[in-house]
Amino acid sequence: MSHYRSMLIMPGNSPKRLQDASVFNPDLLVLDLKGVKDEEKDSARLLVKEAIGFMDYEKVKIVVRINTLESGFGAKDIEVIARVKPAALMLPQASVEKLQDVEKILAGVEKEAGLEPGKILLFPVIETVKALENVSSILSVSTRVVGAFFNADGLAQELGMTRTKDGEEILYARSKVAMACRVAGLDSFDTPYNDGNDTEGLEKDAGKARNLGFTGKAAINGRQIDIIHRVFA
Amino acid sequence: MKITKTAQAGAVESSDVLITVAPNPEGGIKIELETKRVIEKQFGQQIEKVIRETVEALNVEDVIVKAQDKGALDYTYRARVQAALERAL
Repeated sequence: MSHYRSMLIMPGNSPKRLQDASVFNPDLLVLDLKGVKDEEKDSARLLVKEAIGFMDYEKVKIVVRINTLESGFGAKDIEVIARVKPAALMLPQASVEKLQDVEKILAGVEKEAGLEPGKILLFPVIETVKALENVSSILSVSTRVVGAFFNADGLAQELGMTRTKDGEEILYARSKVAMACRVAGLDSFDTPYNDGNDTEGLEKDAGKARNLGFTGKAAINGRQIDIIHRVFA
Repeated sequence: MKITKTAQAGAVESSDVLITVAPNPEGGIKIELETKRVIEKQFGQQIEKVIRETVEALNVEDVIVKAQDKGALDYTYRARVQAALERAL
């Protein structure tokens, strides 16, 4: 898996959005379990599992954003989702230690389920100050790691930053993630542009990310995909 | 395996289904489907089959399954029935 331009993030507990998502033809479709309310995480996990087994997503690669292990939901996410063989798992609030723990659980499930070892790939989410400073180490933890997703909103929350449309406040972080991925020869996905109606702003923001060295960009709205593909063509 | 309480999963939203499961004092698997008449006529049997297969795959006995359908596909039925049953154990 390499050189994908877009990842569309969709909530994992909405059948309608799971069904509609592939229409937009993102390179990667991220089915999100982390953003689901705690009381619906069990139900969302089962819905995503059944959706992957049932739906024909054609050329779209399926990635599942799992919960962190420390939340109490992450291990069960891996246990259930790995068995339906998504292309990759996305790991929020990544760190070297957390990736090692996830890899251990994932390898155990693969063995138990008779799956090809190492086939399910990993996308760490860089969204903490610590992850940002250790990004190169995170990228080299495992051969399963094929890229990283920079989530500026997570970082902004930790630092108490106010996000702006021109993104001056995240210039250093963006540059650091993009360069580390380039050095490692891996894909890098820039943070989503949060205004789904501002196509001009998205185009400008995606161009900035491309010029900083990112290989692609995340999207939270299917209508953003065509623009992202055009910019990262 | 018997469920011990009433539980729900899903939602009354487009493309989804709200599943409510409860112990069946009369025994067996009883399915109550609420949907548009046209859906019931065309897909009612298939929906009931999916619900029954999901219940049986989990080895659950003596259960009433109520489904309030809003155009859910088979995979959504499987997921919501399973979630409701796991919550009812």
